[in-house]
Amino acid sequence: MRMGGQKARLVAQQGEPVSAYNPDDNPFHVSGLTVAYHNKPVLWNVSYTAPKGQLTAIIGPNGAGKSTFLKAALGLIPRLSGETQVFGQPVKTALNKIAYVPQRSAVDWDFPATALDVVLMGLYGKVGWFRWPGKSHRQKAKKALQAVGMEAFANRQIGQLSGGQQQRVFLARSLAQDAEVYLMDEPFSGVDAATEKAIVEVLRQLVEADKTVLVVHHDLETVNDYYSNILMLNGQYIASGPVETAFTAQNLQKAYGGRLASTQLEGLKAKSC
Amino acid sequence: MQEFLSAILLSSGYNTALVCIGAAILGAASGAIGVFILLRKRSLVSDAVSHATLPGVVLAFILGEILWGYGRSLPFILAGAAFSSMLGVMAVDAIKTHTRLTEDTAIGTVLSTFFALGMVLLTIVQSMSIAGQAGLEGFLLGATSGMLFSEAVTIAVASMIVGIAIVLRMKEFTLLCFDENFAASSGYNVKWLDRSLLILLVSVVVIGLKTVGLVLIVALAIIPPVAARFWTERVPVLVGISATIGALGSYIGAAISSTAPSLPTGGIIVLILFFLFLVSLLLSPVRGVLAAYIRHRRFQKIVHTRQGLLTIANGQPILEPLTRKLMIKNSYMCGDGRVTDYGFSVAQKMARDQELWNRFKELDPEAAHSLQDWSLRPIEEVLPYDVVSELETGLKPHTV
Repeated sequence: MRMGGQKARLVAQQGEPVSAYNPDDNPFHVSGLTVAYHNKPVLWNVSYTAPKGQLTAIIGPNGAGKSTFLKAALGLIPRLSGETQVFGQPVKTALNKIAYVPQRSAVDWDFPATALDVVLMGLYGKVGWFRWPGKSHRQKAKKALQAVGMEAFANRQIGQLSGGQQQRVFLARSLAQDAEVYLMDEPFSGVDAATEKAIVEVLRQLVEADKTVLVVHHDLETVNDYYSNILMLNGQYIASGPVETAFTAQNLQKAYGGRLASTQLEGLKAKSC
Repeated sequence: MQEFLSAILLSSGYNTALVCIGAAILGAASGAIGVFILLRKRSLVSDAVSHATLPGVVLAFILGEILWGYGRSLPFILAGAAFSSMLGVMAVDAIKTHTRLTEDTAIGTVLSTFFALGMVLLTIVQSMSIAGQAGLEGFLLGATSGMLFSEAVTIAVASMIVGIAIVLRMKEFTLLCFDENFAASSGYNVKWLDRSLLILLVSVVVIGLKTVGLVLIVALAIIPPVAARFWTERVPVLVGISATIGALGSYIGAAISSTAPSLPTGGIIVLILFFLFLVSLLLSPVRGVLAAYIRHRRFQKIVHTRQGLLTIANGQPILEPLTRKLMIKNSYMCGDGRVTDYGFSVAQKMARDQELWNRFKELDPEAAHSLQDWSLRPIEEVLPYDVVSELETGLKPHTV
């Protein structure tokens, strides 16, 4: 990424080396992230820069700290060290550029709210204190529901939706946020085939609009089809980059160890170019 | 009865009327805050909050006696109650975050310790034979009989302030209760929101001490939202209904108590709230038990009727008792099991309907999946006319 003249001057004024990459171009940059639960490190010194306008899968075995990576990078859980920058700003001051989609299981779906209510929550920050969402916000929320094929369910109580439909509502909420960076925690877990297709379509549209998307992903079989880039974790950084170069049997072996059956590895190798 | 009626109609004296209205506003405020305590799944915390007020109440009384020779000043006692109750909440939080104990364990420990301390202090005060200490017991179970005019005004105004604060922050509290991670990721200070929710809860508890008493005030924050939950699926409506139930229960309770001063006001209010809860549980058309049962029976009948007719269309005998009963009741079948002509014709129609539904599911599984009453209602009633006719043209000629 090349920097523009004006930005270069700015950087130079601050005494930064001009030859370095311009941090303002980086939608999501994590450095030295370390997280521990009860003095046991879960994530060790992970540094990573997400490629702008790309769809990236975060993969790794169970307990590799994939969800933890997202949460800690956003400051949702305490971190021992490390920091996150969003377009060169500390993440805390740039949360309006980020849309986070938590795991579906993280909330109680027997909550007194309709699908539209949940999507509107994505707009609360824009509504402002002491005020209620107005007509324009409702319009926007409905549009987001439409984008995930859920407009017919706007007034349905969320507990009466299927798992896939609930996931789509979550996705619609993030779309309503109109962010630059989308961080999604296992949006494909436990959804039906039709929903999976719909989500992939939405992800593609986001990338087409030059948004940066990071998705915690479990199913190795579909990584090649869905994503252009990967970040592989196993408690620490294993590899990252375009799928063609980083999603290799060697890296997978490193991340998954014996847990990945060799036949599975062979199958993946056969698919990769 | 006469007395009760005049109390409830606000015509038995200015003071009683004000006590009743004050109690109603208090009930509304605690019903409203209770919604978010319920949705945040922290109902037990309110128990700790209320029990932790006792040492503060007694200590404030003692301090007042020492400083001014008058310990019964309500604002001063309430300030003491609020202080020790905040200490209790902080103790619960500290135990939860710095040890591996769970919240319920922390609450149990803190609640009983604070209450024990309060009881010991109360006994000491009572043995000191200070004039006016007799009123302190009223804080345990609530007493409106001896309430001063100024005290009633204090309660009404303070409750109103808390209620307005809750309504103003409803949006943020809703977000916090539904998805705190998302709230944090969209820039809200979750810790601070949580704290302001607790501060409002403590305020309501403290304000309600005199009327309902610290042992039972927790019910005023728990029962109304739980009862209201049976009636609605929307947060703003829930807050409204819960506040109404809280207000109604407190108002009636205070009115009864004004006619029977020997009964504890708190106990009466809670019993009335429980009655309202019971009514909601049984009779609410939204989530009530009775409505759910009726819906289930209706659904069962639809399924059995449909299955029975499909069985007839297949020329098989019907063995299931309920299905049989329904077939006979609708004259699809005679008592001896013979199918009537009418039954045959309806069964044929039903078989065709089922075939159309099956075909629809085959062609568009996603749409079929999203339809709630797939194959339970005649297809013409659910799908647009053109879709049905398209399905019909695709259908193979029906051969019997």
